[in-house]
Amino acid sequence: MSGLEFLLAGTLAASLPLLLAALGEMVVEKTGLLNLGLEGMMAIGAAIAFICVYHTGSHVVGFLAAALVSTVIAMLFAFLVIGARANEVAAGLAIGVLGLGLSALFGKTYESLTIKGLPKIDIPVLSDIPVIGPTLLTQDIVVWLAIAGTVALWWVLNRTKLGLIIAAVGENADAARSIGYPVMMIRLVAVAFGGAMCGIAGAYASTVYTPLWADGMIAGRGWIALALVVFGTWQTGRVAFGALLFGILSLGELTAQAMGVGLPSQVLSSLPYLVTILMLVVISRRRSGLI
Amino acid sequence: MKLRLIRRDSASRLAMFTAPVLALVLTCLASLVLFAALGKPAGAALHALLLKPFLSWYSFSEVLLKMAPLLLIAQGLAIGFRANVFNIGAEGQFIVGALCASSLPVYFPDGDFPMMLPAMIAFGALGGTVYALIAAALRTRFGASEILVTLMMALIAVQILNYLLLGPWKDPRGFNFPQTVMFPDNAMLPILFDGTRTNISLLFALLASVFAYLMMQHHFRGYQLRTAGLAPRAALYAGFSAPKMVWLGLGLGGLAAGIAGASEVAGPLGQLQRSVTSGYGYAAIIVAYVGGLNPLGIIASSFLISVIYIGGDSATVSAGLPVAAVEVFQGLLLFFYLLTFTLIRFRIEIDRKVPA
Repeated sequence: MSGLEFLLAGTLAASLPLLLAALGEMVVEKTGLLNLGLEGMMAIGAAIAFICVYHTGSHVVGFLAAALVSTVIAMLFAFLVIGARANEVAAGLAIGVLGLGLSALFGKTYESLTIKGLPKIDIPVLSDIPVIGPTLLTQDIVVWLAIAGTVALWWVLNRTKLGLIIAAVGENADAARSIGYPVMMIRLVAVAFGGAMCGIAGAYASTVYTPLWADGMIAGRGWIALALVVFGTWQTGRVAFGALLFGILSLGELTAQAMGVGLPSQVLSSLPYLVTILMLVVISRRRSGLI
Repeated sequence: MKLRLIRRDSASRLAMFTAPVLALVLTCLASLVLFAALGKPAGAALHALLLKPFLSWYSFSEVLLKMAPLLLIAQGLAIGFRANVFNIGAEGQFIVGALCASSLPVYFPDGDFPMMLPAMIAFGALGGTVYALIAAALRTRFGASEILVTLMMALIAVQILNYLLLGPWKDPRGFNFPQTVMFPDNAMLPILFDGTRTNISLLFALLASVFAYLMMQHHFRGYQLRTAGLAPRAALYAGFSAPKMVWLGLGLGGLAAGIAGASEVAGPLGQLQRSVTSGYGYAAIIVAYVGGLNPLGIIASSFLISVIYIGGDSATVSAGLPVAAVEVFQGLLLFFYLLTFTLIRFRIEIDRKVPA
């Protein structure tokens, strides 16, 4: 397989955990909150999904359980921030550390076990297209569902009343409250959605992308997803584009070798963070208020 | 029926002490249930976590060794946090401090100049400060969130560390391990108690605590910082410079983390290696909050978290707990602290609406 084919085949799958976690966090941030616990919520999702798939053999059960458990962890954040008005930075870190710790605790006895991933689907006609057919267009079911889900999320946020309400809550909570929108409830649901998306992202990482569980396997993807929301300036399309870009970069070393780039892999690994800082500088100059 | 939180005019002193104690009790209970549910000997686990570190002088000295960086970093961070300046990337400033300090013994491995150690500490302090001030510059100049910038900078610092350890700084006779040469004796911090690894960085941390206490409680600058955190508008009307608070908050956090990083390589590690990123920078955030962002409270909370670290090590042996149990305990502790802290700031009022 040539370097280009490798990238075409692998980028979507590498981007998927980043994309899902970032889209979830984007909705949370759109309602005016910041949850820093992504890494932990992804880790617990990954551990739970692996355990469930190992015992039941069903990816559906694994993904659902991961979404559920990560949502529960996210609800702890909501309870602290919305219910108890705690500092959101500290609350996000608390559930992040908790999620990471719990994932290692639960996953301990499952290290070095293996499960089956999901098959890549051959779609008639599409798979026969030269070069991109057997690579880019031959993906597992979750990739296709995620693409559909991204489009659906874009539609909800940009073309429906619900999208407008979410934006209103984030931009001016007092105004939204005074015209009768249930601000707390909308934030609560957003945080739950963010948790579920992180759980699914973690589940994909541990049961499909690399079907195994290892402590620390999320490996900073939660932080990259957090960066991605800023990079995408809270817009679905740009976040999706950024996920692809960061996905390619996360193939870091492999990509560099494939393209014959002489840069140290650490430079590539740092790029998402550097670009995010740059992005923060650019967008903060234009608008203030949003994180 | 509806519950409402009403802000108290002043927090009772009793509640200030009760909240962390209550949080600790709740954390212990929750961990007991969790460990038992996982089929671990819960009582033995808690005994190992909280009591074992006190049962021998050596393990107690290890607690003090751990406490030094946590206390130092947390004191620096708390100053910023109280001014609503959220430096989340102390881990990065810690790493850069360690890198800058290590540059001296790496390039002068014979180390035959007497000022080696002081120079290393100064390099570390400078490195940590400058690294944190990048975030201050971006925040004051462009309005970029210091939360995200410091976090991103921390992740970049890990990559710089990896690059140096796998490349130019790798010990040529180190069997290809990602670590530098062992430091010469004059690059090492003096040991505080014979027969232990506890070194004088504990004194740096205690000194920083005194400094933080005097500044935050008794100096006008501390008053400005606290006002900026509690009532940003009042601070603005009073003419306290907001950018100055950002520079000060981040700078002091970076300074403390940088010195802690330098002390880590010149102390227990004795060389620069990957394990320098052991998460002290993140744990110190928990320490700062559980200590109520108060210089005296932070001394207590850094001690508690250090006990749990050392206890966690023995719990892996005696109760078969994975090391991650320490993270779970820390996460629960911060969770319950934030919850109980609400009871200090607010009282809960129940509205009973009589149905018409």
